Amino acid sequence: MTATPLAAGTPAPEFTLSVTPDQRIALSELRGRPVILAFYPADWSPVCGDQMALYNQVLPEFRRHGAELLGISVDGVWCHRAFAEDRHLHFPLLADFEPKGGVAQRYGVYRAQDGTTERALFVIDAEGTIRWSYVSPVGVNPGADGILDALDRLAASAPTAGGPST
Amino acid sequence: MSTRLRNPVTAQDHAQGPADAPVTLVEYGDYECPHCGRAYPIVQEVQRRLGDRLRFVWRNFPLTEIHPHALHAAEAAESVGEQLGEAGYWPMHDAIFDHQRDSHAALDDAHLARYAADLGADAERVRRDLEADAHVVRIEADFSGGVRSGVNGTPTFFVNGARYDGDWTDAEEFAQALERAAQTPG
Repeated sequence: MTATPLAAGTPAPEFTLSVTPDQRIALSELRGRPVILAFYPADWSPVCGDQMALYNQVLPEFRRHGAELLGISVDGVWCHRAFAEDRHLHFPLLADFEPKGGVAQRYGVYRAQDGTTERALFVIDAEGTIRWSYVSPVGVNPGADGILDALDRLAASAPTAGGPST
Repeated sequence: MSTRLRNPVTAQDHAQGPADAPVTLVEYGDYECPHCGRAYPIVQEVQRRLGDRLRFVWRNFPLTEIHPHALHAAEAAESVGEQLGEAGYWPMHDAIFDHQRDSHAALDDAHLARYAADLGADAERVRRDLEADAHVVRIEADFSGGVRSGVNGTPTFFVNGARYDGDWTDAEEFAQALERAAQTPG
């Protein structure tokens, strides 16, 4: 049994999570630009082509779309800090730590049998609506092309008058 | 996600083997990545086994945040390639992988310049190219085409345009997959 991720068209559930030991971030603070939520099972999972390392490298391209990237796992803030420092990550890692996996559950991507999250991606538009979601097999790095395609479609469908500037 | 190469191989690519070979193997790689270093002799082995039935293409995918020398290594190879043509690019490609694990300094600028000089390239020009980021645009184009094609780490291989998710660590199995592709039209 796999979790069912919230589908395109669903309002993205609001949350506030710790991003550092003394800093919290609310999803609604990022309203006005696209947000990429990248749920992943665990910090320190192996391989040099690691998913977070890839996203770190693709970050300039996400930013060209005006998008903000947030990584989320059930790891705690101290673990996130060490991982982010070690990998030179330039985007926030959110700690869905207490209650454990609470945000993942609301997005439909908690793996109760493992106590971790699915490897799941959400692209949320500037108004806070999920426009694309994808769950990868846990052992497969989904890459960044699906995210970039979703951002392209967002840009193409943006209203021509009074819409967000580019 | 994507499992197809979105940007076809062109005459601009670094390629070994005939353009009309029945199999084209594209590798997206990072010169400082240990997994790519491990793949290097395996690719050579499958090249030997398939001979003229294989065209091998290398595209740059440097993960610069975790591999501080990866970008300069790619740029140095491009510089040698520009100076000496493909006949220089590939020996530089080989030199980088042959020395990759020598020491922590094996891919620093001084060593890269020395490998270039050993191949008969102008080492000063390599240094100037590194300084001026002369080849970064090409490398970034490789990278972004790879991202769009579903490259999710290094090395990522494409066989006749389809991402190869099988085992490349076993030369026997890899060569067999390439043999099958050679016999599949299209």
